[in-house]
Amino acid sequence: MATLSSNLLFIAFILYLVATLFFGGSIKAKKDLNDTKTTNKWGKIAVFLTIVGFVSQLGYFITRWIAAGHAPVSNMFEFTTFFGMALVGAFIVIYFIYRTTLLGLFTMPVAILVIAYASMFPRDISPLIPALQSYWLHIHVTTAAIGEAILAISFAAGLIYLVKVIDQTKPSKRTFWLEVVMFALVVVIGFVAVSSIFSGVGYHEKFNWTDKHGNEDVMEYTMPALTGPHKAELLTEGGFQPLVEMPAIINAKKLNTVIWSLLAGGVLYSLIRLIIRKRIAAALKPLVKNIKLDFVDEISYRSVLIGFPVFTLGALVFAMIWAQVAWSRFWGWDPKEVWALITWLFYAAFLHLRLSKGWHGEKSAWLAVIGFVIIMFNLVAVNLVIAGLHSYAGS
Amino acid sequence: MKDVKCECGHVNPHGTVLCEACGKILDEEENKNHLLDMRYEGSARRSQTYNKTIIDKIWNFFSSVKVGVWLIVITLIASILGTILPQEMYIDLPPEVYYQQEYGWFGKLYYQLGFHDLYGSWWYLLLIALIGISLVICSLDRVVPLYKALKAQRVTRHEGFLKRQRIFGVNHHIDDNDLAIVKQHLLQKHYHVREENGDLLAEKGRFSRWGPYVNHVGLIIFLFGGMLRFVPGMYVNENLWIREGETAVVPETGEQFYLQNNQFILQHYDKDKNKTFEKALERAGDVVKNYQSNVVLYKRSGKKIPGETPKLKKVKEYKVRVNHPLTFDGYSVYQASFRSEMNAMTFALTNKKTKKPVGELKINLLNPKEKYDLGNGYTVEILNYFPDFEFAKNGEPSTKSRVPNNPAFVFRMFTPEKPKGETSFVAIRQTIEPFGNNTYKMAFKGIDTKNVSGLIVRKDSSLWVIILGGILFMIGVVQGAYWNHRRIWVQHKNGEVWIAAHTNKNWYGLKREIERVLENTKLDLPKDQFQNEQTDKEGA
Repeated sequence: MATLSSNLLFIAFILYLVATLFFGGSIKAKKDLNDTKTTNKWGKIAVFLTIVGFVSQLGYFITRWIAAGHAPVSNMFEFTTFFGMALVGAFIVIYFIYRTTLLGLFTMPVAILVIAYASMFPRDISPLIPALQSYWLHIHVTTAAIGEAILAISFAAGLIYLVKVIDQTKPSKRTFWLEVVMFALVVVIGFVAVSSIFSGVGYHEKFNWTDKHGNEDVMEYTMPALTGPHKAELLTEGGFQPLVEMPAIINAKKLNTVIWSLLAGGVLYSLIRLIIRKRIAAALKPLVKNIKLDFVDEISYRSVLIGFPVFTLGALVFAMIWAQVAWSRFWGWDPKEVWALITWLFYAAFLHLRLSKGWHGEKSAWLAVIGFVIIMFNLVAVNLVIAGLHSYAGS
Repeated sequence: MKDVKCECGHVNPHGTVLCEACGKILDEEENKNHLLDMRYEGSARRSQTYNKTIIDKIWNFFSSVKVGVWLIVITLIASILGTILPQEMYIDLPPEVYYQQEYGWFGKLYYQLGFHDLYGSWWYLLLIALIGISLVICSLDRVVPLYKALKAQRVTRHEGFLKRQRIFGVNHHIDDNDLAIVKQHLLQKHYHVREENGDLLAEKGRFSRWGPYVNHVGLIIFLFGGMLRFVPGMYVNENLWIREGETAVVPETGEQFYLQNNQFILQHYDKDKNKTFEKALERAGDVVKNYQSNVVLYKRSGKKIPGETPKLKKVKEYKVRVNHPLTFDGYSVYQASFRSEMNAMTFALTNKKTKKPVGELKINLLNPKEKYDLGNGYTVEILNYFPDFEFAKNGEPSTKSRVPNNPAFVFRMFTPEKPKGETSFVAIRQTIEPFGNNTYKMAFKGIDTKNVSGLIVRKDSSLWVIILGGILFMIGVVQGAYWNHRRIWVQHKNGEVWIAAHTNKNWYGLKREIERVLENTKLDLPKDQFQNEQTDKEGA
């Protein structure tokens, strides 16, 4: 069952990749992107592939659920994969409201990156600690992820808006920050690339090190150590000697992964720039030239409107009910709880600015981007760096 | 201030921008705009009308969405600060030590700024309170006039009102048959259609306009519920440690309830039995499967008499596990933690030369006997017992607490060889013979331990208020987000048919609906004037 499950996930991943290409084709082949009644042949194939991929991933989800005996949303790999699936699902729903394949061209790559990122974490089926043994695990985590996924659609739409509206003929703050977003996406590819390469060749090296309390321990690296742990002593023969040794207070291994990802992302980004000879956002501009701005603006806004209640229900209401049952208090200012609140406050501010202060269009698109950054921070940094009671999510 | 009478005859309150009944522009300023600001139907909001007294000023301050958003953003940033380092409740050392020790100068600064208890600080609570005030005033400032305006609206609208709607179109050819079809379509689309002098007003989803106010009321109730916690008696949160086999009174129940702990159970996943988790368990090591306390709940029967053991009536047996608290009478008992405690120690009275034990004794650490008779003339007396031994400042042995964390004894051993007895001081890993060399010693044989269940007793009477607030909030948010307030006006003006439409959001959906409504008629689709305006700008 577990093997079938991973195969289904792999099939889904490939289908999403192919679908993205077809979405690209549908944009090239179609003249008027605001015409929502007709979809060309490319677009139809793309949507079909997306749905088949989604069903395949649903198969992964169900078979893994059967194999594990609990919904596969209990660790970093499972949760992030589910988030990717929810993103595809949210896109399919929004697609059938607005019928624009351009949204697919921007959403699918994000979903693919999310799933690829997830696959870099340990994929073993893990048992549930007592706090997680509750049906609220399924309800709370899935609803929160679906809410976040719908909110992420507003990011994709916001990105389309920004790519279209920002003048790329001369450099400005706006072109810079939009390019930072593009670079961040490339860094994720960089992370996936280095992780895959080093795990492909089976890279391992071990260090003796001393933590901040003076305890000695062994730390295992799966990438060559650019930053070594405190008082590092290389144990593996032929291993890579760290270039810099970190103080005990810093997690040298995680920092090392971040540096490798940035390096790989930087190299990739430079290569892309060398080939296309302009900013990535500028290269994407022709793809969006036929879409109307207020149309994508509305998609972005509506995804927030649809996603906000779902997010509130999943990440706050259900979370509080479960926390009351498991931890005896519905709210305990745990970092993950606080970051759910921060996300919620942010989108609340977003809606108020939009409704009352008239922040439409570009301002709203930037807010959608920032919102996605917060969601990603919540997913990545809070689980891996800040941890807290939700620390099991980090493994 | 005097009210404003519109030419249509409707009397509007002072400060009205658009006549509540016909929509005629009453405020000259608004006349300049190409499209109307329809957000609150141009109604007379207190905050936009009065600004004289101090109350006006306070009201206007809190009724501003700008202020509200700032409050949200400041709270958001403050909340982020609190997640940089662990909060006070998640650390196991005194904060004045912990932060500096773990995070150096930064930790020290963090502690000195009071960020270790950020969410309980007066200024964070003040921020939440300000948001609460802002919620109340913002809502009141808008909902009352909005309600009045929507209630007073008439079917026939002023030309200037229709022209300045975002969706607007003019038809020169009039066919009464077309209008009948349109009306038919509107009814099919579940519009509420009103007709006056051949003019139509189709409206649906007005209740979605109340969504924001409903959710704000929900939030206010939620915050109020949070405040109730500070009312004495509303909230109980106590730790309760019970040793296996013992019975303890449940705190804060007025000595009404007693809990007996029969057994504490700790289970780990077994990788041989759970093949599915084999790899994960190899990577992670021991993973706990279950924390459980098997308890019996008793209720005291009869009156409380001081000094007398209460009569207990069994209420129920329960297995308290994580996620499965025991609940009774508004109280919940949670499995929170456990510890292992030394329960008994076994010694063997041994001849130091021959190393032959002559007898064993097991000492109950919670209730040791004074004298242990080993037979054949061998006796051991306990002269002194220190359950939690330490040397006091004056060098004398003493005990820190009644809990046997580090037991120590002063024994007097009576044997046939030494009938007067020998004294020996025995603590963990040390023996002192204060009066010279003894013939016998107390050889340590073993420790019995007993589990102590760590339970949390909770009662939260404010929970119902919080739940009510949460439910109302969700209803309001869904109401406001998933329904739209749409209005379509089809009216005769100057021998033409004018069509105008407004929605509070989802213009795309409204436009598609108008397409359907005008199907099979000769009427032209009205234009989106906002888009035209935008393309004008883009062109320029």
